[in-house]
Amino acid sequence: MNSILFIVFLPLAAAIFAGFSNKALGNTVPRVITTGALFASCLLSWPIFLSFLAGHAEPSVTPVLSWLHSGTLSFNWELRVDTLTAVMLVVVTTVSALVHLYSWGYMSEDPDCPRFFAYLSLFTFAMLMLVTANNLVQMFFGWEGVGLASYLLIGFWFRKPSACAAAIKAFVVNRVGDLGFMMGIFGTYLVFGTVSIPEILHLAPGMAGSTIGFLGHRFDTMTVLCILLFIGAMGKSAQLGLHTWLPDAMEGPTPVSALSHAATMVTAGVFMVCRLSPMFQTSPVALEFVTAIGAATCFFAATVGTSQWDIKRVIAYSTCSQLGYMFFAAGVGAYGAAMFHLFTHAFFKALLFLGAGSVIHAMHHEQDMRYYGGLWKKIPLTFAAMMAGTLAITGVGIAEIGGFAGFYSKDAIIEAAFARGTELGHVASITGIIAALLTSFYSWRLIFLTFFGKPRWAASEHIQHAVHDTHGHDGHGYETHGAAHHEHDHGSHDDGTAGYHPHESPWVMLVPLIVLSLGAVFAGAGFHGAFVGIETGGDFWKGSLSFDKGLFEAAETIPAYIKWAPFVVMLTGLVVAWYGYIRNPKFPALFVEQFSGLHQFVYNKWYFDELYNFLFVRPAFWLGRQFWNQGDIGIIDRFGPNGLAWVVAKGSVGAKRLQSGYLTSYALVMLLGLVAAVSWVMVG
Amino acid sequence: MTGFPILSLMIGVPLAAALACLLVGAATARWVALLATLVDFALGVVLWGHYEIGGAQWQFTEHLPLFAGFQWALGIDGIALMLIMLSVFLMPICIGASWEAIEKRVGEYMAAFLVMEALMIGVFAAQDLYLFYIFFEAGLIPMYLIIGIWGGAERISASYKFFLYTLLGSVLMLIAMLWMANEAGTTDIPTLMAYNFPVKAQSLLWLAFFASFAVKMPMWPVHTWLPDAHVQAPTAGSVILAGVLLKMGGYGFIRFSLPMFPEASAHYAPLIFALSMVAVVYTSLVALVQHDMKKLIAYSSVAHMAIVTVGLFAFNRQGLEGSVIVMLSHGLVSGALFLCVGVIYDRLHTREIARYGGLSINMPRYALLFMLFTMASVGLPGTSGFVGEFLSLSGIYQMSSWVALISTTGIILGAAYMLYLYRRVAFGEQVHADAAAMADLSLREVLLLAPIAVVVMWMGVYPESFIAPIRADIGHLEARLVQAKPVGDARLVLPAGAAQRTTSAGSAN
Repeated sequence: MNSILFIVFLPLAAAIFAGFSNKALGNTVPRVITTGALFASCLLSWPIFLSFLAGHAEPSVTPVLSWLHSGTLSFNWELRVDTLTAVMLVVVTTVSALVHLYSWGYMSEDPDCPRFFAYLSLFTFAMLMLVTANNLVQMFFGWEGVGLASYLLIGFWFRKPSACAAAIKAFVVNRVGDLGFMMGIFGTYLVFGTVSIPEILHLAPGMAGSTIGFLGHRFDTMTVLCILLFIGAMGKSAQLGLHTWLPDAMEGPTPVSALSHAATMVTAGVFMVCRLSPMFQTSPVALEFVTAIGAATCFFAATVGTSQWDIKRVIAYSTCSQLGYMFFAAGVGAYGAAMFHLFTHAFFKALLFLGAGSVIHAMHHEQDMRYYGGLWKKIPLTFAAMMAGTLAITGVGIAEIGGFAGFYSKDAIIEAAFARGTELGHVASITGIIAALLTSFYSWRLIFLTFFGKPRWAASEHIQHAVHDTHGHDGHGYETHGAAHHEHDHGSHDDGTAGYHPHESPWVMLVPLIVLSLGAVFAGAGFHGAFVGIETGGDFWKGSLSFDKGLFEAAETIPAYIKWAPFVVMLTGLVVAWYGYIRNPKFPALFVEQFSGLHQFVYNKWYFDELYNFLFVRPAFWLGRQFWNQGDIGIIDRFGPNGLAWVVAKGSVGAKRLQSGYLTSYALVMLLGLVAAVSWVMVG
Repeated sequence: MTGFPILSLMIGVPLAAALACLLVGAATARWVALLATLVDFALGVVLWGHYEIGGAQWQFTEHLPLFAGFQWALGIDGIALMLIMLSVFLMPICIGASWEAIEKRVGEYMAAFLVMEALMIGVFAAQDLYLFYIFFEAGLIPMYLIIGIWGGAERISASYKFFLYTLLGSVLMLIAMLWMANEAGTTDIPTLMAYNFPVKAQSLLWLAFFASFAVKMPMWPVHTWLPDAHVQAPTAGSVILAGVLLKMGGYGFIRFSLPMFPEASAHYAPLIFALSMVAVVYTSLVALVQHDMKKLIAYSSVAHMAIVTVGLFAFNRQGLEGSVIVMLSHGLVSGALFLCVGVIYDRLHTREIARYGGLSINMPRYALLFMLFTMASVGLPGTSGFVGEFLSLSGIYQMSSWVALISTTGIILGAAYMLYLYRRVAFGEQVHADAAAMADLSLREVLLLAPIAVVVMWMGVYPESFIAPIRADIGHLEARLVQAKPVGDARLVLPAGAAQRTTSAGSAN
């Protein structure tokens, strides 16, 4: 029996079980079943990945069930396993298994525990369907499935209006991207007569240079198709323009942010572009579009990340920015580097989110970093894990010697972009370096604000609430918030702690942190050769994506200042953050005062939400009301049925008679008609 | 099965039961109706089981000449089979939904539903032009009664609107039928489907049929009867209205307009596209601002039916098959959504969305099923809603990328209004004590909703069961339409020098 079937369908079975589990079973059984299923999937996935790594596995397709056949538009449910899938399998199942385990601690007191685990497993199933897709429609199934699970998870605390709003926003904004994806599938079928990915990739080069009519104009065929599909990727991967849902998605429980909004779902867009890389290679224009969007997102999100106070939002913008790196890597043709960064990022970003969750857990659901400080002594293991994550994301390492995960993957991207040799490649490379500076700054800012300095907990409502309640009680879920806060005088605690004692998280939460820390430290050095090695990369990918050996060769010979720039900016960011948040804590306020316009712009996320509200949301409701009141009632009904009644009334038939006797008149008309019909036939 | 008049039996059983319902007491009438509809469903299963896929185009044919050239001619193809299945599947559910909600004149109510079932089966099985006309028009009479007698406070004005719109269409259609029978010398529908009417005449005939079918669909701008009718109708009335009666318009296009007037259909396709595109955007936005649950779902129906019309007039297989699947799926999903509204209406007696909230807390089972149908309505892959929408839209894309783009915005707007509805009903805090005190689904209610949920998933995961019976018939229709098929706007041009080869795009053009 093929293990891929178990890998994919165990999480589904577990999700169904947990979702329908009776209250009588309590929280433990669904928890054990879902987590067990995920660990089983994970254990089955690693051998597949390792055998691809060792080079003795061949791509395979496992049929599951016939799906849809309409003329030549025909596709089945089937599970494809090749190198690209194998990479995603280990990423998805490993992070998911660890997140399941972590949630035992994090969600332990939530009364809706089984529902949460059911959603998590459902999410994992959909994600696995996405990465094993052998045709575009199954990919779209997984795509929408993770969208649904993400919607349910963001809105998990559904009593909270902000969570509901964020859930709807995530789904609807993603649907804008899906519009592009669907149009892309339709166009692909029109052009190639198939939606099977291998067939499309086989036929795509032959279609390069052809033109097609689209929306009344003629365009290059492959450019239209690739950009339409990429619009889908932009939605799912929160790229500039369609990114607005991702920060709001932080309304969901933190394990969700780690799994869905950092490690797996949001990387689906990158996966899609890599999966279809031979297709994207046929359209230089589309690739430039991908590069430009990626680089712009990379920069934009990093700027916003520097100014946020909510610990999860900082990491969310960081994710958005890192996804930008992956896209411009793909855009310059360095798909191996994009997947490499996706791989390492999954570990260190999941780690950062779970670490943040551990901090939030310790701080009684306070997420505002202004109320943190001095935590490293209280939660040393969490601190160590967060440090590992930060060293990885900021790319600490020295060329030729070695470093943390992000050092390998991010530098590979920056170098490949420069080595592309085009003007846009250079711009993207420089943007990547600037973003690396910002990344280093906001990541260290987060560490310094959270773990160093003096405790500033006393001003936090959550902490006051906790202290007032009972010491050490960790109420979970939404219901603990929003109750009336009594002013509490903590005269005896002048140290900023308000007498609150943060606790280190339980082992079920720490073990995932430790495992992910190992990934953050070693994933770069360990898999560098396979993903982007000049000699080894081609053998590893085995054609599952376009591996451009020449590009990575060229990256070896780029100028030294590009090679060393990431290292320099990483140190610069660290020093600036250290100066602003440790050495001279008054400095940020002064800076903000000096550049208040710029700060407002960045702090308010470049006003995208306001702009979209003004352009889309409010007009949609306004138009809806106009169409309803003016259109349906004011025009159609007035001149339609009501107008007709008026005419009839004027025509002396009498509205009253019509209204009371319409049924009989109707039947009469019908009968008369039939009589006429029959007589006509008889005569004729 | 040859020779056994199973279709007549399926029409006869509910008619006989209707008569019985009028004679017995309320409690017995309920059981009689339930039994009769279940028997009809069982007969439907037998019908489907004996339907030979890839066999004759018309099966289970019956032919009995009556008076004066008027004949009792029945017979079905795969499309009719699927729509009959939809009708007989929803009917016991409707009876179940009315079990406790209807208290006055139960016998008459059940009789009205049973008569309607007989007439609906008749519409889809009729092989004679006039027989079709009788079923088609008479099928609405029980609906008027159901709305007018058991409906809400504004029922008179609602059924009046319904009547005015329908009257306009049916008069024109009747005139067209008379002319056709005279021209072709037959009233046999299969013969007429192959008859080549003069292109000039087609235009007028097409418009006459369009007047009737557009109202039934309903298409913008003759849709305003639908929200009122839904709001006023009792739950089961809404289910059957959305589930089956709205499908008569689409069925009419498939059975009459397209095969009988292919040239005129091609000529008027831009009109259909224009009205459908307006409908998708306009009615979706109107749905977004509704305060009444039933109105919201009614407007969403108009938007979904617009996907049916664009698919039908795409003139290709994906569009046609997709449209039939959208019709089936919408019949199930909107029916289920109206049942979901009915469940909470029965408890609180209001359709005002703002009166609910936080139902996930006290009604988790309800919240789960409501979520499933919401997702099916927004076309999530894995549900029936996706399959049809995907096929229809991919069909229309081959004809016009503009129409495809505008119609596909429905997936965004649909998500917006449905999730906004769900959020206000099932999410949030429990603000109203009476809504918070409502009990979760009873066993009866689960039994009504769960079968629909199963079929919705079935159609989403393995739609082959539903496409296989219609494949050959869509093939016949496609072959009939080839002569008039317009050219799509894609016009793929390979680069100079590349070998000219016929791609699927070439043939799609």
